[in-house]
Amino acid sequence: MPRESFNRHLRELQDDVLVLGSMVGKAIERSTEALKKRDLELARQVIADDGNINSKRFEIEEKCIELIITQQPMAGDLRIIVAVLNIVVDLERMGDHAEGNARIAVMIGDEPPLKPLIDVPRMAQKTVEMLHRSLDAFIERDGEAAKKVSDEDDEVDQLYDQVFRELLTFMAEDTRTISRATRLIWVAHNLERSADRVTNICERVVYVVTGKMEEMGVSKY
Amino acid sequence: MARTSARNTQRLALIFIWGTGAVALSILLIIVIYVFVRGLPEIGWSFLTTPPRGGLSGEGGISAPVVATLYLVAITMAILIPLGVGAAIYLAEYAPANRITGAIRYGTEVLAGVPSIVFGLFGFLLFVTALHLNFSILSGSLTLACLLLPTLIRTSEEALRAVPHSHREAALALGATKWQTVWRVLLPAALPGIVTGTILCVGRAVGETACLYVTMGGSAGMPDSLLSSGRTLSMHLFYLAMDTNAIEKAMATGVILIAVIVITNAATNWLSQRFRTRMMGGA
Amino acid sequence: MDAKMETRHLSFYYAAHQVLRSVDLKVKGNQITAFIGPSGCGKSTLLRVLNRMNDIIPGARAEGEVLLDGKSIYAPGVDVVELRKKVGMVFQQPNPFPKSIYDNVAFGPRVLGMREVSLDEVVERSLRAAALWDEVKDVLRKSGLALSGGQQQRLCIARALATEPEVLLMDEPCSALDPQSTLRIEELMHELKQRYTTVIVTHNMHQAARVSDWTGFLLLGELIEYGRTSDLFSRPQDRRTEDYITGRFG
Repeated sequence: MPRESFNRHLRELQDDVLVLGSMVGKAIERSTEALKKRDLELARQVIADDGNINSKRFEIEEKCIELIITQQPMAGDLRIIVAVLNIVVDLERMGDHAEGNARIAVMIGDEPPLKPLIDVPRMAQKTVEMLHRSLDAFIERDGEAAKKVSDEDDEVDQLYDQVFRELLTFMAEDTRTISRATRLIWVAHNLERSADRVTNICERVVYVVTGKMEEMGVSKY
Repeated sequence: MARTSARNTQRLALIFIWGTGAVALSILLIIVIYVFVRGLPEIGWSFLTTPPRGGLSGEGGISAPVVATLYLVAITMAILIPLGVGAAIYLAEYAPANRITGAIRYGTEVLAGVPSIVFGLFGFLLFVTALHLNFSILSGSLTLACLLLPTLIRTSEEALRAVPHSHREAALALGATKWQTVWRVLLPAALPGIVTGTILCVGRAVGETACLYVTMGGSAGMPDSLLSSGRTLSMHLFYLAMDTNAIEKAMATGVILIAVIVITNAATNWLSQRFRTRMMGGA
Repeated sequence: MDAKMETRHLSFYYAAHQVLRSVDLKVKGNQITAFIGPSGCGKSTLLRVLNRMNDIIPGARAEGEVLLDGKSIYAPGVDVVELRKKVGMVFQQPNPFPKSIYDNVAFGPRVLGMREVSLDEVVERSLRAAALWDEVKDVLRKSGLALSGGQQQRLCIARALATEPEVLLMDEPCSALDPQSTLRIEELMHELKQRYTTVIVTHNMHQAARVSDWTGFLLLGELIEYGRTSDLFSRPQDRRTEDYITGRFG
């Protein structure tokens, strides 16, 4: 069968993307967990593991370049490799956002919590779910599924609005909460940005399927 | 065990090959040397400039045969070349690939091998008798042209076919008509082969005896027109050998003939080489 | 951009064997169009239809229309010589005549009786256009066969340009050349674009992608897909095109 080795390389490449995606998903989950449970050890773990995420991204980029050089991909093959190059950038940024949240967890330390964290973990859960579904859509080449995932970014945006308004209220009523509230806003913002990044990934999935780049779900922020 | 026997066979084969080569060369050398040794002394200015005077002791020289040979070759070529090359062009470029063309080509092949005396007979019946040309240089030329035509057609056609098809395509793609392609590209490209074939025909013409014997007449006098009878050098050699006892003079004629052939072949080789260099890219 | 040449429902036969099936295609002026496809797909035949070079093959027959500037080239009474003056061709194997460089380039103008410009001018102009002038201007009397392969091919291009054609057909012009010569000729094609419409047949897809503005993919005599090169190579519409381009078959 012609191009059997190229096909194999493409499959391995996609598997690598899934691995990176799973690393990022875990980072988001664990950083959120660290915030909720005030688990400084877990937070430091996430910060350390971000190095692995960066390495993996560069590893995948190297493989893409090598495939371009050796296989001179055309048409669909080319679009897959171009998509992978873009997707790993988004994934790595999401990893950075998760690391940022872990740093905030360390900064907060064991300060008394302003309020039980409910919406923020929901944002995190939603984002991770969207991430996995977008990567599945990539593997399945399912443009419709990708579009659906992209639409759900609205939910995350709404949750962010809620968190923002709530924290504003806190800060308005009691100025001593400003420092903690601001850090929480920043956490929520990181998650909202991560969800936007997933939208980018969905755009790339559609690109692989149709060959066209379509703007999806313009962010409110 | 097998290796030594292979080696031995190899040695035997080499001995055999060298041997036969040496024998063949020796025979040729012996003939040539014999002719030269006996004939060269006879050659002198008077030999070359006086006509044969006949008689049992073969008086005179070879001036008339030389002139007759020149006339003969010139007229033969003048008839032969346009006909031969023209027919070759037709066969190579214009003839449709059907059975008639195949038959023509086959006929040409066959005629090339027909013995010259048969052509002589044909010439005698047609040119000498029916057309009332009598025994003459003209009859000889026409007959010789018929004899050599198949050969020239064959070599010329081959030369034309050897021109790569890509040249034809290139010429046509540039807007040339078929004739322009033939005239400006194919003929010049095939020229080396055609010239070589022509010179070989000249060589054969000079050496022809049988068919001229029955068409030219054999008169020993200096020919003064195309309709005069005459004898070529090879015919003269034959008469000297058969009708006189001037063997040395016959040998001398032979020397001249051999010399002509040698010059002809050398010219062919030299021209071939020159054409090849020019075509391959030399100045 | 209008169609410089066009085929409408073009089918082509060699005796009973059908080689092209109802091909509809527009060759845009001053652009480079490439035909790609596996061996035997008919791309060379399609190219040769454009200057009626197929005429020399016995049993060759065309159905449908082929137009140059809107006028049929197969109509009765069309002067094939005039057509070939306007539509020139360069072949796969460089095939300069066994003549001098000068005589090679001057051949076309001579046989066509072009007397408007001096031969010297035409020869120089053509050799310059083919990016060969500087290399041979002092040795114009040298045999065309003394040049290297790449130079010979540029000589053939100059020879084709000497008849001042409007369209230039190139049948795998680089496949007999080394990579450097190939790249030089590809450069040359870009330069020639301004004045000529070029159609090239190539079995090298990457060359087609590098060089052409429009690409047509043929398979078993059918024109499967035809479009802008960047589109056809990044998002082909037909599955068969995708399979061919990605090397998944043929």
